[in-house]
Amino acid sequence: MSEIRVLVGTRKGAFILTSDGERGKWDVSGPHFAGWEIYHLKGSPADPNRLYASQTSGWFGQVMQRSNDGGKTWEPVGNKFAYDGVPGTHQWYDGTQHPWEFKRVWHLEPSLTDPDMVYAGVEDAALFRSADGGQTWQELAALREAKGHLWAPGAGGMGLHTIVLDPGNPARMYVAISAAGVFRTDDAGATWRPANRGLRSQHELPDSDAEVGHCVHRIAMHPSRPNVLFMQKHWDVMRSDDGGDSWQEISGNLPTDFGFPIDVHPHEPDTVFVVPIKSDSEHFPPDGKLRVYRSRTGGNEWEALTKGLPQRDCYVNVLRDAMSVDSLDPCGVYFGTTGGQVYASASAGDSWTPIVRDLPAVLSVEVQTLS
Amino acid sequence: MIRVVLPANLRTLARIRGEVQLTLQGPATQRAVLDALEAGYPMLRGTIRDHATQQRRAFLRFFACKMDLSLESPDAPLPDAVVNGTEPFRIVGAMAGG
Repeated sequence: MSEIRVLVGTRKGAFILTSDGERGKWDVSGPHFAGWEIYHLKGSPADPNRLYASQTSGWFGQVMQRSNDGGKTWEPVGNKFAYDGVPGTHQWYDGTQHPWEFKRVWHLEPSLTDPDMVYAGVEDAALFRSADGGQTWQELAALREAKGHLWAPGAGGMGLHTIVLDPGNPARMYVAISAAGVFRTDDAGATWRPANRGLRSQHELPDSDAEVGHCVHRIAMHPSRPNVLFMQKHWDVMRSDDGGDSWQEISGNLPTDFGFPIDVHPHEPDTVFVVPIKSDSEHFPPDGKLRVYRSRTGGNEWEALTKGLPQRDCYVNVLRDAMSVDSLDPCGVYFGTTGGQVYASASAGDSWTPIVRDLPAVLSVEVQTLS
Repeated sequence: MIRVVLPANLRTLARIRGEVQLTLQGPATQRAVLDALEAGYPMLRGTIRDHATQQRRAFLRFFACKMDLSLESPDAPLPDAVVNGTEPFRIVGAMAGG
């Protein structure tokens, strides 16, 4: 019998939700790390009981936690994130260059094959890797050579928030950075290049087709088709069929193409989920109706999924790391809101039920399918 | 023996109940107290002062004997009442305000 474990990071702690494969009855444990912001926690695909968590605080800075028993117990591991060499500078609000300063870890991506290897995306934007289970961290500094001096923080900070590992090619990975864009390496991080051709940011950039500077919110990949990427940009939902070499818009009939998360069905590489949000200044669903949109055609044609979701007076947001899928059949889809609800669908989005309703604002949702 | 009082979040992180009691080998200064504290509780490294610069984190303060010692030199001697354990050295999280 399968088991589902949902890892939820919130503004005031982490929660772990578990259910059997029916996904009808849920146990909730937590808060773990009560009072701390848990930007992200994620399990190792190679050892699902190995979890990593980013615990952060405006008072106390960054702490990293690791569990070896699926989140029952935790131990602090290394929290020293030192930029490689002389950190250098990036573009600042006033047009001057500003030194890189570590603030927090936004996203963790464990290796697909080694439980002791994990990547961390941080603010100010950089990529770190640990090969010893999080005890020590080394920067993959070549990323910042990909025009890093031109990157500038948006209002939400200059965070590296997305790390996508290519399951068919260990040397290839993608990262995405707020207000900088997508970057790809084909040599395990030794060199990087911007992968933003086809993105257009006519409202945000003086040169709408600039090589860097695009505010990418999230990218997602289906493991069976690693050259196909889906993107939720600040505005626009996009698709690449050539590993990020070029992008085409697939917003189609969405009510708004602004939003944060995007995810792919585990068994249908052309089925994609997004949560449209009204605008960059109004971070809530259009018309007060919380709707997930699903495309079964790889984009452009979208259907609203509303059953079980509030369809009036709903003004929550769904953040970029707060959506995930399980790998059962039919697949489960999960997302958390800034209102503290975690919604689950055991029917690939056809209907939804809140697992919990009153958590602190949800920052991240990850799902593990355990056998 | 120097007594150190930590904010609740750091006590939880370091699995400390109540005060921490430290015995220092050399002169009793802020730096010596924090060095000894971090040596005994490595998970606190980086949470009170920056890993690289060793500067106090912006929203933490150091209080003792009804005084704010946060802006004192880290190498200045601590008050006698802290050194002899009459008064604790308090590490305090700033009010969030709002």
